[in-house]
Amino acid sequence: MSGVSSRTGRSLLLLAPLLFFLIGFFVWPLFSMMAQSVSDPAVLRLLPRSAEVLADWDRKSPPTTPMQMALMEDLKSVDDDQALGDMVRRLNSARSGFRTLMGKTTSALKDTANPPADLVSIDKRWEKPEFWLAIADALSPYTDRNLLAAVDLGRNAAGDIEHLPPDQSVNAVILIRTFWIAALVTFACACIGFPYAIIAASLDGWKRDLMLGAVLLPLWTSLLVRTAAWFILLQEQGLINDLLRAIGLIDAPLTLIFNRTGVIIAMTHVLLPFMVLPIYSVLITIPKNLMPAAASLGARPLRAFLRVLLPLSLRGVASGALLVFISAIGYYITPALIGGPGDQMISSIIAFYATGSANWGMAGALGVVLLVATLLLYSVYSRLSSDEVGGR
Amino acid sequence: MAEYIRFDRITKFYGPLCVVEHLDLGIGKGEFVSLLGPSGSGKTTLLMMLAGFEQPTAGEILLDGTAINKVPTYKRDMGVVFQSYALFPHMSVGENIAFPLQMRGIGKAGIDERVKRALDMVQLSTLSDRRPSQLSGGQQQRVALARALVFEPRVVLMDEPLGALDKQLREQMQLDIRDLHRRLGLTIVFVTHDQSEALTMSDRVAVFNKGKIEQIGTPRQVYDEPATRFVAEFIGETNLVEGVVETVQGAEATVRLRSGAQIVSAVSGSVASGQSVFLSIRPERVDLSETRSEGRNVLETEVTDSVYQGDHLRVQLQNATHPLIAKLGRRSREFPPGTKVFAAFSAGDCRVIAP
Repeated sequence: MSGVSSRTGRSLLLLAPLLFFLIGFFVWPLFSMMAQSVSDPAVLRLLPRSAEVLADWDRKSPPTTPMQMALMEDLKSVDDDQALGDMVRRLNSARSGFRTLMGKTTSALKDTANPPADLVSIDKRWEKPEFWLAIADALSPYTDRNLLAAVDLGRNAAGDIEHLPPDQSVNAVILIRTFWIAALVTFACACIGFPYAIIAASLDGWKRDLMLGAVLLPLWTSLLVRTAAWFILLQEQGLINDLLRAIGLIDAPLTLIFNRTGVIIAMTHVLLPFMVLPIYSVLITIPKNLMPAAASLGARPLRAFLRVLLPLSLRGVASGALLVFISAIGYYITPALIGGPGDQMISSIIAFYATGSANWGMAGALGVVLLVATLLLYSVYSRLSSDEVGGR
Repeated sequence: MAEYIRFDRITKFYGPLCVVEHLDLGIGKGEFVSLLGPSGSGKTTLLMMLAGFEQPTAGEILLDGTAINKVPTYKRDMGVVFQSYALFPHMSVGENIAFPLQMRGIGKAGIDERVKRALDMVQLSTLSDRRPSQLSGGQQQRVALARALVFEPRVVLMDEPLGALDKQLREQMQLDIRDLHRRLGLTIVFVTHDQSEALTMSDRVAVFNKGKIEQIGTPRQVYDEPATRFVAEFIGETNLVEGVVETVQGAEATVRLRSGAQIVSAVSGSVASGQSVFLSIRPERVDLSETRSEGRNVLETEVTDSVYQGDHLRVQLQNATHPLIAKLGRRSREFPPGTKVFAAFSAGDCRVIAP
């Protein structure tokens, strides 16, 4: 027995670098991202006394004296300006007017020469339950507002989930646009990649190597370089427009850049290998004599293709489509450089929240939405493909 | 027998490589013809050209008097059985067999009935819903056969269909296919490199070598009357002994061997006096005895080795100038090494072959 366990121990030791890597660079960031999207400690951290008192409040009646005293105590003991700023921003996003109210209150509380008796004496607004309600709601260490906001939902004063007003509903539009662009790119990749893989699989020797090399080459160049190359090709005075005008196909230059067309072209090119390679790998496992067999049995080339080659290669098309689609929904650089303002995808919004406005909660929530959508798609795919295998 | 298929001066080049050269071959309706030869002899290429998978570089293929060079495969109406079966892995056995019928626009009821009959024919009625991958090699072979026969093709082409089966199953399938051929009156062109398979099944055997037909004839003809050294050596086992023709009288010639022995032998093709030739002597036609027998060809030999092989006794002999192998019946007595024996055979049991 000890021999067995020492062997297990040794194999675990061999796996340790992998496990540490997975935990450190995969599991932990993923979970901290997901935790960011629901954690909301900005208010609770600074108002521990108020949290205790507010737990007994009935959420309707005017603020009691202990509530006011607790909040005053909490605010007096705050010595971190940045944390205070975070809390004010958090409260202000729940209830506008908090910024001025808090500013006024904290400066009054600092006036030690003439201490205020209670909060209402500083500002009449402290009498209104709405402000206290905002604080009470913000005291929970967890929140679903980021997740709800990521899909354009929010809670109203009564705490029910409802749609955000249209002027704040941008995420759903961008999410749908992201999926739409990804679907278009997947479709374009399948239309080009499938025949390409068929031709490559039917060749041999250097011709096959050349075709595979041509599709693999983009994978070996930096994404940024490839996108920049498309930038040069697609612009108004770019190679494509110049060529089309030189051969007289068009009079005025086509707008190929800073719009959807450009994004689709560039992303299709970048993602094509992920479509071609899975299809190719399935195609080369299909016995070469099946198509001749179909022909000898009386099938015209098109029918032989539809009845034999297509169903057999569908598995490759499906995995290629999944790879392309999942990669495409996370695209950031290409839409940012080639697309217009109407072509920005969800990653740009996540990047904006993460680096532009330091709203990690919102960035995390959008990331979670993207992750869930991807996992849903993947489960559909694996269900479909396991059905196929089970049928065999 | 009326000629049904004709290869008319067929030549096929792959790049600079000539695989079939000026080949003529006629096949009768209802005939079972084997194309026999080593790999690379052009037999499979010829079959592929008949099926329409390959185009001849020159020459014409006629089916029932009509040139079919330009007819695409799917219109040729030929059932092909491939070496690796080529069953469609995503279809059940029944769907595989129904495929050629669907391609011909036959109604559902007709298809079901004919699929059932085809499955009965190859004794696989119970496996209709299985996938090919769930079948054994022999069963897959039967499905491939049923699929190639179900649409009643004009010709059935088989490209080494039994190569992947084990010996026992292969022999069973040989008899099954021969039986189907007789019962259904099929015209079958069968490619193989296994000479015993060709001899077992065929009406006629065409022996291929380097893109040409060396000899075509019934199994008995190609075995007993080999026209060339290649045929004599490729089909069965033989003793080849060098000699010079002394006289020719009709279908027999007298040959003097280097040892000085004079042999009277049947002749394949034409030879002239003074010509150097080979003498082909089948080992199983040689008798051994310690006394010289009269009226037959006799070679003085000494036994060098003797091996009991169950159904026969294989004796290696050494003459003054050449070795000789004799296969004796099971009841024959043993000849210990060193025994001086006379190897005897009749004029009809050996052939003179021009080199």
